[in-house]
Amino acid sequence: MAWSREEIAARAAKELKKGFYVNLGIGIPTLVANYLNEDSAITLQSENGMLGMGPFPRREEVDPDIVNAGKQTVTELPTSSYFSSADSFAMIRGGHIDASILGAMEVAANGDIANWTVPGKMAKGIGGAMDLVAGVKKVIVVMEHTTKAGKSKILKRCTLPLTGAAVVELVITDLGVFECDKKNRQFNLIELAPGVSLEEVHEKTEAPLHTEGFVQ
Amino acid sequence: MSKIFASPELALKDVLSDGMTIMSGGFGLVGNPESLIPEIKKAGIKDLTVISNNCGAEGFGLWMLLEARQIRKMIASYIGDNKLFEALYLSGEIEVELNPQGTLAERIRAGGAGIPAFYTRTGVGTIVAEGKHTEIFDGVEYVRERWLKADLAIIKGWKADPAGNVVFRKTARNFNPNMGAAATVTVVEVEEIVDAGDLDPDCIHLPGIFVDRIVKSTLNEKRIERLTISE
Repeated sequence: MAWSREEIAARAAKELKKGFYVNLGIGIPTLVANYLNEDSAITLQSENGMLGMGPFPRREEVDPDIVNAGKQTVTELPTSSYFSSADSFAMIRGGHIDASILGAMEVAANGDIANWTVPGKMAKGIGGAMDLVAGVKKVIVVMEHTTKAGKSKILKRCTLPLTGAAVVELVITDLGVFECDKKNRQFNLIELAPGVSLEEVHEKTEAPLHTEGFVQ
Repeated sequence: MSKIFASPELALKDVLSDGMTIMSGGFGLVGNPESLIPEIKKAGIKDLTVISNNCGAEGFGLWMLLEARQIRKMIASYIGDNKLFEALYLSGEIEVELNPQGTLAERIRAGGAGIPAFYTRTGVGTIVAEGKHTEIFDGVEYVRERWLKADLAIIKGWKADPAGNVVFRKTARNFNPNMGAAATVTVVEVEEIVDAGDLDPDCIHLPGIFVDRIVKSTLNEKRIERLTISE
């Protein structure tokens, strides 16, 4: 069985070290918060201007002035702080955030990522993604390995307009964990999801994939 | 001279004209100048350039200026689920300049701070950097971005005193203070106008020098885009 969205998020949470300041994107990345606890001492930053994001509110706690970057209602913690958008991106662009976990439509072996538009068809906008991939110390992509049509999203080169060039460090999909080896323009297989064969992952990965010596 | 105006309509009197550039605060539907936007719709001014992170949502905020086709050009970072905005963008019916969110925020900050341009890593190697000057600093390539300024900023605060000192509330702060500093005329609507001395001078988010007009909000719907509850 390949990993579910929840399992992808749980695996991504393991990449976060104690004391990290982390920004989570929309979709699977948001689920990563479910796998953090007090011991992990992770502080979540939300680019709309909040550091120290709490869990989603109970119904009676809902405050329309407290949302995350995905516009979901959230809660504050005793140590939370609020700030302007300019200050928020000073944290991001200035290299003060340790890790960014975000989704993607395509990633490539040279570390490129595309996740904001399909020209002529879809435009959600750029949002904070370009700043995050350019400024955050470690960029982790979580996504389905293939499109709904079964096409590999891990490519030799991205075909869609880029969000960032040579920025991705690690990709976690339903099939496994892949390290972006920019120097050798390939992905190195780090871990396979249970029940996924080397054969399957090769078949579903368009980018060069280094699996030599990999032991499950 | 008092900065306090009696109504949103009066607060925008004599400052609206066709073809002007307007900054409008807010992130999604949080921290939007909900009472001032309908007055711009009513005034019927057109060919506007609007600078705002988003463009409202169906029936809410800047969406109503899109719907009335009062906006010629939108400078924003995110379209999201705003179907009208997406359709107008994809069809080319309005000019849209999409910015990375942090670049948008910094361009506005720079506008208010008198800094005509700055360099950033954001967007290097993407279409955002196309046609822009790039330069290598300490071995890394950066792209040059220009400041943004506006004729008018409409922003939403929580509390203001008669001197125009403003305090924002939680994530409703977002772009509001940055925009407040970057416009020729800044009009702030607030939930509460307090007396001089009621705000702690150590806790002012936008000092009064940046604020020209203050008005009490008449609309505080604060629509929630994605109500998310923990079980």
